[in-house]
Amino acid sequence: MMRASPFSYFAPITIGEVAKILAGEGPRALLLAGGTDLIPNMKRRTQTPAVLVSLRRVAELRGLANGRIGSAMTLSSIAESPHLSPHRALIRAAAQVATPHIRNAATLGGNLCLDTRCNYYNQNYEWRQAIDFCMKRASDGGGHPVRNEDGVCWVAPGSPRCWAVSSSDTAPALIALGATVTLVSIAGRRELPLNDLYCDDGIAYLTKPSDELLTEVVLPDATGWRSTYWKLRRREAFDFPVLSVAAAVKLASDGTVLDARLVLGAVASHPLLIAEAQELVGMPLSDDAIERLAAAAARFAKPLDNTDFALGWRKRVARAYVTGALRELRGDDPATLGLLARRATALRPLS
Amino acid sequence: MHQVGKPRRRVDGRAKVTGQTRFADDLSLPRMLHCKLLRSPHPHARIRSIDSARAQMLPGVRLILTGADTPISYGILPVSQDEHPLARDVVRFVGDPVAAVVADSEETAATAIGQILVEWEILTTIASPEQALATPEPRIHDYGDEGNVHKKVAFDFGDVDAALASADRVFEDLFFYQGNTHLPIEQHATLAALDPDGKLTVWSSTQTPHYLHRALAKTLGRPAAHIRVIATPNGGGFGGKSDPFNHEIVVALAAIRTGRPVKICLTREEVFYCHRGRHPVLMRFRTGVKNDGSLVGMELDTLLDGGAYGSYGVASTFYTGALQTVTYEIPRYRFRGCRTFTNKPPCGPKRGHGTPQPRFGQEVQLDKIACALDIDPAELRLKQLVKPQSLTANYMRVNTIGLGDCIRSVVEGSGWRERRSKLGPGRGLGLACSSYLSGAGLPIYWNDLPQTGVQLKLDRSGGVTAFCGATEIGQGSDDVLALCVAEVLGIAPFDIRVVTGDTDLTPVDLGSYSSRVTLMMGNAAIEAATRARSLIAQAMAKKLDVPAERLVFAEGRVFDAEDPSRGVSWPEAVIHGEALHGTLGTTGSYKPPLSAAKYKGGGVGPTPTYSYSASVIEVEVDPETGWLEVNKVWIAHDIGRALNPTLVRGQVEGSVYMALGEALMEEQIFRRLPPKLSGALVHKFPSLLEYKSPSALEMPPVETYLIEQPDDRGPFGAKEVGQGPLLPVMPALANAVFDAVGVRVDEVPITPEKIVRALAAKDRRYGPTEFPAIAWPEALRVAPPWEGGDGTASNDRPSRPRMARPGEAGAAPIRPEVRR
Amino acid sequence: MKITLTLNRKRRTVDVSPLERLLDTLRGALGLTGTKEGCGEGECGACTVLLDGKPVNSCLVPTAQCSGAAITTIEGLAPRGKLHKLQRAFLECGGAQCGICTPGMILAASALPDRPTREQIRTGLAGNLCRCTGYEKIYDAVGVALGTKK
Repeated sequence: MMRASPFSYFAPITIGEVAKILAGEGPRALLLAGGTDLIPNMKRRTQTPAVLVSLRRVAELRGLANGRIGSAMTLSSIAESPHLSPHRALIRAAAQVATPHIRNAATLGGNLCLDTRCNYYNQNYEWRQAIDFCMKRASDGGGHPVRNEDGVCWVAPGSPRCWAVSSSDTAPALIALGATVTLVSIAGRRELPLNDLYCDDGIAYLTKPSDELLTEVVLPDATGWRSTYWKLRRREAFDFPVLSVAAAVKLASDGTVLDARLVLGAVASHPLLIAEAQELVGMPLSDDAIERLAAAAARFAKPLDNTDFALGWRKRVARAYVTGALRELRGDDPATLGLLARRATALRPLS
Repeated sequence: MHQVGKPRRRVDGRAKVTGQTRFADDLSLPRMLHCKLLRSPHPHARIRSIDSARAQMLPGVRLILTGADTPISYGILPVSQDEHPLARDVVRFVGDPVAAVVADSEETAATAIGQILVEWEILTTIASPEQALATPEPRIHDYGDEGNVHKKVAFDFGDVDAALASADRVFEDLFFYQGNTHLPIEQHATLAALDPDGKLTVWSSTQTPHYLHRALAKTLGRPAAHIRVIATPNGGGFGGKSDPFNHEIVVALAAIRTGRPVKICLTREEVFYCHRGRHPVLMRFRTGVKNDGSLVGMELDTLLDGGAYGSYGVASTFYTGALQTVTYEIPRYRFRGCRTFTNKPPCGPKRGHGTPQPRFGQEVQLDKIACALDIDPAELRLKQLVKPQSLTANYMRVNTIGLGDCIRSVVEGSGWRERRSKLGPGRGLGLACSSYLSGAGLPIYWNDLPQTGVQLKLDRSGGVTAFCGATEIGQGSDDVLALCVAEVLGIAPFDIRVVTGDTDLTPVDLGSYSSRVTLMMGNAAIEAATRARSLIAQAMAKKLDVPAERLVFAEGRVFDAEDPSRGVSWPEAVIHGEALHGTLGTTGSYKPPLSAAKYKGGGVGPTPTYSYSASVIEVEVDPETGWLEVNKVWIAHDIGRALNPTLVRGQVEGSVYMALGEALMEEQIFRRLPPKLSGALVHKFPSLLEYKSPSALEMPPVETYLIEQPDDRGPFGAKEVGQGPLLPVMPALANAVFDAVGVRVDEVPITPEKIVRALAAKDRRYGPTEFPAIAWPEALRVAPPWEGGDGTASNDRPSRPRMARPGEAGAAPIRPEVRR
Repeated sequence: MKITLTLNRKRRTVDVSPLERLLDTLRGALGLTGTKEGCGEGECGACTVLLDGKPVNSCLVPTAQCSGAAITTIEGLAPRGKLHKLQRAFLECGGAQCGICTPGMILAASALPDRPTREQIRTGLAGNLCRCTGYEKIYDAVGVALGTKK
């Protein structure tokens, strides 16, 4: 049973039509792509849109060519795509989302725009009623989340902001790969570095307005780059990340770092781009350099009591994860990387 | 034996693999209405008023019920009939049902629920046993030992203080076992409808149709004979469907009131609120040993977090002490247990029912003792196993005990002697043992009747139908019934039609709990089948002119052992039997043997025979992050006889899986918001995403050893297997972690966070450090058998409770003809 | 709204509200109760069906999004009256205990490639929870049916 809210349902065919509908309906409207996050949210009434815009018939959103990925590509088709395999961090991120079932329906755009999550928010309506709700709530007319002025942030009572956590796997990976995104509205089309799509807030977590559609992700050439994505969670299926590390390095033939990017996921309301990664440039990926960067990254990681696992422990693992990911990129023998690394790097093939 | 011992497709398997098994939510009747429950958003509150006027006006709403409609209380145990189908005046946990809406569609019912206005008076939230002990008022219930203490028990089996004083060493250890829940994949569902003759039928996903039957008769005020309960196949039970539930009684009442069928299917979140799962238990063990490791005495205190209602909790309390003596010889034993009420979903029986928690403590402490005395943990156990056909200090009668062979199997299989403590940094092996009942010796309500009955119908078509009240919850009880009858009659199990779990059609069986069904139903089935065989043998003896003893029933024929060509097919044999005797029908029943434990409280623990298990687990632990992985599990189970090895191995592997879930990740825990800001006490994560149960990728390889030493108490020698193999896994894991990284996590679940904390701690341990002071009652003093005892307490009235008189709580249903 | 889809190789037209779940359409209007609800949130796999050959959680799929799609449920896995090799293997190996996860498990397994390794089986079934079997006999059954080398 799905509790129906009163709504309209559109099934446009072109991107232009989508943009028109979104402009007309405003924040009451939500996009329905795979539905794997929207439908559970609607069941729990954290999202109660008055208008649904299905993207199923918009073929323009499902293209894949020359490093341009349509935002309605499913995560499983991305994970299995030979064309995208050089972008290893993306493959690993997409392949580890949830379950095979969900990956068969969920889309890249949906994962990139995934609502931030929290122990106190991603619960049923009656449960949230029992805690008198929190600072984040479904807007009236019910699409995007808004601030509940009377609400308390139960993660940090007394805090003036919402601390819900960024839970996308593909976002940190694509930021580490230097991706940009294309956004389309009736006002036109623009491109944005993916990192600039996100905002450090649990409620207003995207910088784009609600009437803008993310149509594609554009990846730069991967030549010379090595990348990886490490995901930490209790189980090896179903679970969202409680910490993730996306790392990409470009190495010269003598091992000197030519360029490097490091992004932490699930430790803030947005993917955390670690600027200190640039300090690796010009030198080899030595144990010392790796350790310094891992310590710096761990300092920035501020996990809170908004996911599974104790926050202090997640912070501790952040350091081990950054170290492990960089050593993996350096080419260290996996057997020397230890137990957690083996788990993080074990990508079980489906075919 | 012809069929017993052969791996075979289960008789109900085809329906399951084709999706044709009809679970409760698959049922549908014409004109059916849908029911939804309004549940309390407060952990503890008084209901000031309920206004359902707006809800009533919604088109499609047919009926709204509140506590005013459900005045009669119920509960699984006679001594704690403390539940009402809908709360009368007080709600006691977030999720406690308050009102019910019955409507044309689920959607309408759900919308109407949201329009019922309740005024509450908030009462103090009691979040933990410690707080319950410290907060006698307000009382969550107006019954119980005192304040918010539900039950305290205390026993002295011999002078434990003297024993500990005489010990070479005394070990005192605290352990904590967190609560967890059953998480059946099937959400509870019930359908109720009146037949054309006005009698009520209730189909429900229940493990205990008989107890539900009694609760319905009581609460609906109808004769039990006019109520039919059909237990639909359970999509998993594990103890979570063995209480009579609010929703079952509510839809039954709604069906009566509306005259239409009414169905309810709980949401997953509501299943977490039904709960009746594993009690969180804090334990203190004080154990005395000689320097050679032999136990001289043990004292165990337990503190249970009972949640908001009694459920099976009194029995659970006794279970946290009763079975500690059935594995290793303990000359003197003291047990004290205390259950408190708290404002959380009620705890009850989950696979192992109150025994996994103290078994964890006992097995980890034994490991500590072994290490301290520098004795191999396997040897320490092997040298003091309880002897077969013996009585323990608390008068539990052990029949056969295959624990020695269990230990030897896992020791050999895992390379224990060569590999323990030698696997290199971060890797280790741990060992533990356990025991479990093959059915509780006493029923839930005291009576002198069989615990189970089997009825056989045989006729000239050659068809055999076996009727029994037992409930198929996935464990294979239908298959066991067919198999036992088939073995005796010499026909194929699939040729037998099995009718189970229907209070109109089947003889009473108390239900699928405490691992009673194979042993008790199996014995009853053998009795019924033996009687049938004997009737047919009489007829065939005449026909073939041979003594009945020479007749063989096998492979679908009945023939002369000395000349197998002289015989007839099974259907022909039945025809001869029907011709001689008239219509054929037999019954068999089973009552457990009387227990030697005559003291008050001695009713919990006895069983016809105990099963035994042993496990070795290999783990790897990352010292930097505490991350642990289970590399392999070796498990040995003393099963007596594996009736159908496919099903038996499935139960062993399933038990190990569930144990690993508990050991590593499952927690039914609660979030208490800052008291200054809120009274809220909510389930931390009532969803399948956040309540972590192992997925396919979490299971390590499992090596199973079945130890078959037939037990004369079991059907064809069989003991239980549905629960026992769960118990040794959690302590074996904790012991393996110690072998791997040298720290003790004296808590379940064993998580990376705790391992990291233990690694950083001075005492290299993570676990509870305090046991609250509890005012224990005067202990019942029962001298152990070897100190001249007779099973009674020297300071107690006789233990058998007086049978409740008609009309009293716990009484058998009133028969119409004696009503005044 | 009227939606035409192919269900178990037969074209069917159903009239659904835009957010009606495929799970409810199957169990309700189409009378096929073999697909089960375990959580309604995509977190257990009991509701698995094949959508254009791929396993999805039918509790998360609006029927309205299935126009023109091919759906396979447990009822349609094998030709009428016969058993699919996976069903036979589950029977032989004891892959079903309570049976509630079994339809979803079998459908998820049916989407695996031939001769999968045990690792591939585990990964492919990672979205299907079972509380009874501990998964061992399920892997055995799938391996037997699909020709996994021992």
